[in-house]
Amino acid sequence: MMQKSLNLVGLAALAAAALTGTAIAAPTCGTDPVVMNAYFETGFPLPTRLAEEFTKQFPNVTFDIKEDQFANMMENSPRILSEDNAPDLIRLPSMSDLVANELLANLDGYFTEFGWDKFPAGQLVQLRVEDGGRPRGTGSLWAMGLNYSMTGVFYNKELAAQLGMTEPPKTLAELDALLAKAKEAGVQPIMQWNKGTGGLAFPLQNLMGAYGPPEPVNDWIFQKDGATINTPEAVEAATHLENWVKAGYFPTDANAIEYFQMMSRFMGGEGLVMFNGDWESGNFDSNAAGKFGFFLMPSEEAGGRHASMSAPLTFGIGAKAANKDCAAFFLDWVATNEQARKINVEVGGSNPGGPPDLPIPAVTPGSVTEATLAAGNVLATENGAMDFIANATGAIFAAGWTPELQKLVGGVQTGPGMIEAVQAEYEKQLSR
Amino acid sequence: MARRTAIAALLFAAPAFVMYATFVLVPLGMSVFYSLQRWDGIGKMRFVGLNNYLIVLTDADLLQVIGNAFLLVLWFTLIPVLMGLAVAAAIREHLGGPFGTATRTILFLPQVIPLVAAGIAWSWMFANSGVVNQALRGVGLESWARGWLGDFTFALPAVGIIGAWVLLGLCTMLLVTGITKIDPSLYEAARLDGAGPWDEFIYITLPGLRQELGVCVTVTVIAALASFDIVYIATGGGPGIQTTVPGLEIYRLAFAHRQVGLASALAIFLMVLVLVCVLPIQWLTRVRR
Repeated sequence: MMQKSLNLVGLAALAAAALTGTAIAAPTCGTDPVVMNAYFETGFPLPTRLAEEFTKQFPNVTFDIKEDQFANMMENSPRILSEDNAPDLIRLPSMSDLVANELLANLDGYFTEFGWDKFPAGQLVQLRVEDGGRPRGTGSLWAMGLNYSMTGVFYNKELAAQLGMTEPPKTLAELDALLAKAKEAGVQPIMQWNKGTGGLAFPLQNLMGAYGPPEPVNDWIFQKDGATINTPEAVEAATHLENWVKAGYFPTDANAIEYFQMMSRFMGGEGLVMFNGDWESGNFDSNAAGKFGFFLMPSEEAGGRHASMSAPLTFGIGAKAANKDCAAFFLDWVATNEQARKINVEVGGSNPGGPPDLPIPAVTPGSVTEATLAAGNVLATENGAMDFIANATGAIFAAGWTPELQKLVGGVQTGPGMIEAVQAEYEKQLSR
Repeated sequence: MARRTAIAALLFAAPAFVMYATFVLVPLGMSVFYSLQRWDGIGKMRFVGLNNYLIVLTDADLLQVIGNAFLLVLWFTLIPVLMGLAVAAAIREHLGGPFGTATRTILFLPQVIPLVAAGIAWSWMFANSGVVNQALRGVGLESWARGWLGDFTFALPAVGIIGAWVLLGLCTMLLVTGITKIDPSLYEAARLDGAGPWDEFIYITLPGLRQELGVCVTVTVIAALASFDIVYIATGGGPGIQTTVPGLEIYRLAFAHRQVGLASALAIFLMVLVLVCVLPIQWLTRVRR
């Protein structure tokens, strides 16, 4: 009798799998108790909320969650992954070093079994690394995104209305005019952090996307042979940023503003625009509903292609993990389960990824989340996603972009000089 | 009997030596070993000889980082020692009374505050809306107000002020304690001979405090050269690398850049640098018998 009912359960599972389109050979978490060893980032509730929902749907699976600050994760993840009881699920700050040291599970098998070929290839490209750690963008799949975030321009609706902005700028020149108008009216045009890490990397990369296509930037980030950031488009973008600095569009104390101070000052009404990512959409919607809007960085010319930084919330599976199959099943579930996608959008505020034919969960009309999700669609349609320029090497942010952007704001570096210095640092790091 | 005494002495010293070897000598030896390798902390090591030391001595950024540490010495050492001396000389005659106790307590307070807390508190004070700028705006110096810790000219002096504030208490306490050991009859004799306060300071106080000054200078020079906490909290080494110090750079190289070999080479170089600076101070301030 027992055997029969188990068979029935198995048949039902097969039928369900066939109906949802999941390949039938795909692994599951089984029925035996499983304790998933998870290592998440402090301050971001999304993974934990998803884990709770997963346990609700699959009661045999529970999560032993450890949390750490992002900076600590960068330092600790190789050590933690090299231990015997390596995490089944781990938030990955960067992948190249981990792949080179064979610390991550190769997900190519799961890619076939779960049918992840139906996911937009552009979303997974950043998660591919060649054996040996470089270049990125091709080779095996080593991680998945819990969601796919993107950056753009948040604006203060009240200040924008005062300045006569009726719709978001459609060209870079229109954005320039808006910022100039703000400066003239005594409104802080841009609120941006630049202490600790170089927050001006966001407007810089948005300007790179306005001036040129994303592909050369991605090639540089992925460490393709001969790639350089010292392109005419990137130099134009950096010069444009330098002009914004000279025009006084950034706070005079930008180098002393940390990320959280920028958020509180911008939400407190200081600054017409702020360059940031859609991970803050939920925050705006719940703490300042109706007060802020979002638009994609306009291209140089009207009707031009949009390109912006867009990156997966990267999660991998330890090579020495005990429950690899269940972890892969969880990653597939996050992208395909209706309830999981709903939590993903409500808590994370970003595109949940997965097959493009799955609907994006409904959000409040007029909310910031609605605007960022729509912008994400534009970016996906125009294939304009770029990885973050800070991810080109493990240390390019700390040793390249951050000090050079701080110099730019401090008036001791030029736009072209900054690009040259970062390229030199990049070459130095790749040669060591 | 002598042999038994020697064995007993060795046995008594053994636990301390084992601890010292485990936590100081072995890690030191390992650092020297790592400094000769190219290693990301996980994978295979590759022997590169003295290449890492060559990078430390030739890389323009690393040289600036080492230079920053020496600029901090001016703030961390000169100000606390000079001010400590001034305070000690000024309150020398009132040491016993409530005024002396209150002064010593107030000046020593920064010493009991964790460096991280001091760094956070000072970064609030130096912020755009902090008390420093409020005071400047209050007296009409609006144009001087700025984000001090993010300013290319003033970030390092601002960090220096935090360090000076923290170390002032230690120096004052040491020097005030030292001054009580000086025989009061010396001052009386000097006064009878017609010496003024300045002569007393130069000819009695200063030589009398020779050993304490040695300790103060040694401790504060090490604090400057090997500083980490205050810089990490207040500026993170920025803007640019204007306030980056070797301690911070070693940490970054090892854990963010994953260049354990280069980080170890810089650490060994820093240790040698500290010894080169501190040993002459010890020799100069030693009391010769």
